[in-house]
Amino acid sequence: MNLELFLFYAFAALAIGSSLLVVSLKNPARALFLFFITLFAMAGLFLFALADFVAITQIMVYVGGVLILMIFAFMLSNKELLADIQHISGSFLSLPSWQSILLALGFFAVFILGIREWNNDMPEWMLSNIQEGMVITPHDNNIQQLGIKFMTQYVLPFEVISIFLLMALIGAAHLSRKEESQ
Amino acid sequence: MITLTHFLVVSACIFCIGLYTVIAKRNAIMILVGIELMINAAILNLVAFGKYDKLNYSGQIFALFAIVLAAASVAVGLAIILNVYRHYKTINPDNITDLRD
Repeated sequence: MNLELFLFYAFAALAIGSSLLVVSLKNPARALFLFFITLFAMAGLFLFALADFVAITQIMVYVGGVLILMIFAFMLSNKELLADIQHISGSFLSLPSWQSILLALGFFAVFILGIREWNNDMPEWMLSNIQEGMVITPHDNNIQQLGIKFMTQYVLPFEVISIFLLMALIGAAHLSRKEESQ
Repeated sequence: MITLTHFLVVSACIFCIGLYTVIAKRNAIMILVGIELMINAAILNLVAFGKYDKLNYSGQIFALFAIVLAAASVAVGLAIILNVYRHYKTINPDNITDLRD
């Protein structure tokens, strides 16, 4: 077992274990802080797919932005938070409902069956790319290529998504402003 | 050697955990966390397939787009949750029953 595989398994176990703990903790504040670890482990997994820029963006956007926003909203919206923390007695984990567990396990079985079936024949473009050697290797200069692609081939989706982000942020600011008390 | 199947199995696990969170939790913010977990699983799939496409880099580029979309959805969703809390004094989706004021 080489080091690469060991690290991959370690990151995968960290991501899956911490996300399981996120869903099973009873206290939402603890779960939100534990969500940090899940996101970091997912960024580590992105590195193994040779997507270094996506991993850095994940850390900057999710950990630096989204999660802080969630913690802010949680602190603002939950008046019983302090009482909640004081009242947590013996039960550390919340009891799951069996219907949702059944549904999630069913989805998981469908995914695993699909992956097993799919593995027998890869799609055409992947096979031809593997044969021609058009596969990203660890020696490639990923970030430079991404920048060139963003500004040439994908410039229309890039502009559309920036306008969309601006619209979403203005909408969020408009929604969350204080109402004028009449 | 890490194959594609490794990534697919890990992202299937994360997606199912996120699905369970969305269905089972009684807190709107935890439901948003579940949606984020599902989006992250999808991004892992995009990145893992994008490894085989050096010509267009489409996997990584659309993974970045997906991250931006997730950030926008969280911003709008949290604004809506704060408004709902101001109106109903609860963020349990089971207690929010009418659409009108």
